[in-house]
Amino acid sequence: MEILDIFASAGLWAAVLRIATPLIFGTLGALLCERSGVLNLGIEGIMTFGAMAGWLAVYNGADLWMGLLVAALCGALFGLLHAALTVTLGLSQHVTGLGITLFASSLSYFLFRLIVPIKGTPPTIVPFQPIDIPGLSDLPFVGPALFTQTAPTYLAIALAVVLGYVLFFTPLGLAVRMTGENPHAAEAQGVNPITVRYGAIMAGSALMGVGGAFLTLSAFNSFFPTMIQGRGWVCIALVVFSSWRPSRALLGALLFALFDAYQLRLQTAVGKAVPYQLFLMVPYIMSIVALVVMARRARVPQALMQAYRRGER
Amino acid sequence: MAILKSMTRRSVLASGAALGAGLAVTLSGTRAVLADTPLKVAGIHASPVENAWNSRLHEALLAAAKDGVIEYEFSEGVSGTDYPRAMREYAEKGVDLIVGESYAVEREARQVAKDYPDVAFLMGSSGEASGDNFGVFGTWNFDGAYLAGMLAGKMTKTNVVGSVGAIPIPEVNLLINAFNAGVHEVNPECKTLVSFIGTFFDPPKAREAGLAEIDAGADILFGERIGTADAAKERGIKAVGSLIDYTDRYPDTVFANAMWYFRPILDAAVADVKAGKPVGKIYTAYGLMKDGGSDIVYTKGVAPKEAEEAMEKRRAEIKAGTFEVPRDMSEPK
Repeated sequence: MEILDIFASAGLWAAVLRIATPLIFGTLGALLCERSGVLNLGIEGIMTFGAMAGWLAVYNGADLWMGLLVAALCGALFGLLHAALTVTLGLSQHVTGLGITLFASSLSYFLFRLIVPIKGTPPTIVPFQPIDIPGLSDLPFVGPALFTQTAPTYLAIALAVVLGYVLFFTPLGLAVRMTGENPHAAEAQGVNPITVRYGAIMAGSALMGVGGAFLTLSAFNSFFPTMIQGRGWVCIALVVFSSWRPSRALLGALLFALFDAYQLRLQTAVGKAVPYQLFLMVPYIMSIVALVVMARRARVPQALMQAYRRGER
Repeated sequence: MAILKSMTRRSVLASGAALGAGLAVTLSGTRAVLADTPLKVAGIHASPVENAWNSRLHEALLAAAKDGVIEYEFSEGVSGTDYPRAMREYAEKGVDLIVGESYAVEREARQVAKDYPDVAFLMGSSGEASGDNFGVFGTWNFDGAYLAGMLAGKMTKTNVVGSVGAIPIPEVNLLINAFNAGVHEVNPECKTLVSFIGTFFDPPKAREAGLAEIDAGADILFGERIGTADAAKERGIKAVGSLIDYTDRYPDTVFANAMWYFRPILDAAVADVKAGKPVGKIYTAYGLMKDGGSDIVYTKGVAPKEAEEAMEKRRAEIKAGTFEVPRDMSEPK
């Protein structure tokens, strides 16, 4: 009946990709940080700042891609701050991350208020438009389901592949993973764990910034200071779900988005019989279930959340 | 912003001039409220003032300040944990009236009001008024929603209209139920879809909910939340807005809005404070259509002529008090 028919609608699958995109960026970013041994709970705030900075750049006349770049650079700056505090100073990664989330969220609100005049509703930009891929977008069902996305969505999927390749098939990736497993051994091999961690955190935070910017440059066309709405925390959970593997991170983000897109459609299909709160819970419950199943085989980077101090035993 | 700045400058000048005369009075702690001096009003907004609901309050307060009725200062984005602190700070500062929202802090806000009996409070609330100085108001713009529904019911070709709401609190339910009732008055066979996004500020999610309803066949969307009309725009269908006029933001998409105006409620409370009357009452009724607090704003010629005429007839009846839009606070299905 209707409940299953939803899966046969192209609209559902198009929505899955749209909803998943910010999560893919965010999860890959958090994954990269954690692979080097540093938990980055600044993600929620960095996404907020990325959403604001990217939007603001475009609002002031920049190209949409330039907006994404600005968001990435701002993310990297917060990553630099996080790295300075957790890597150089070796402070608690939990506390620092939460501090950065609070700082970045408030700073985005503050800057937005300083720069953009108060209006009835916030001003808009022209966001990314779905791109038409000749041949593919016209295919029956598959076309509207998978090939009517905006460019950043394809970028997110490509990045998952690239990150997987870099982490597992290049010397650079090996250095990152080694630093996350055993920084002392890495140092003994001539890899500088401090540099690697700085790099991984900054690159990962840049991805988080882009994830936030997707919300203001593609999913919507205005910035609201509270619009990230916990998406960053979902990404942190998805990293565990993925067992720190980019391919599974992609899968996890798509799965979460599937449940979310599905519940929105369930509400209208069988909303009369079941309280809507149950539907809203679905993606989160399914994530917890998936976490329980996946976490059994999860391989946590051994040095995660351990500060590296040279010469320390 | 410009208005606010000039207002502040003016108030600085005024207070400078009045300093000598007023100092003794202020210091002795008695707050003499004269009928012709502007009331000192503080607005405490839990969300940014761009948020649709807060923008209604903010706009009305700015307008009142411009008219010289009040002096207005405000804080925005005040979180629930900080809200009572902000209330106390303004109360200590000696404002006459604090306007805000106590949805997340119903108990604490009433406690603050009890601690400052000389200050009047006018709060958006789902609860009751309390004491002599804690007045409340609801946001009842459902008359406009009903009228917009009457247009939508005649416009739909698929015979399906959809609504996207935040969370089914009484005010949201009233609104969506009224919209659906309006649709059904003119088109009893029409199917009405409802979805909730479970949060107040997530425009991308409201857009997704709107797209889901369009996929389910809806060809008119009622957006209780911003973001819904973006879905309608994307798919080239029509949408109805709520609280503010979204027509400029979505020119070819939004054709009607269930407007809400805060000014009548504010004016009533300001008048009570100036007259020295207790404000511990429910001001919601001033926000109804009869008193100019709610209305429909629509683009003529989008809906069929007969539909507009039937709607205008109802509008006149509501204003005259001969027709009452059903008030249904149950969760819409």
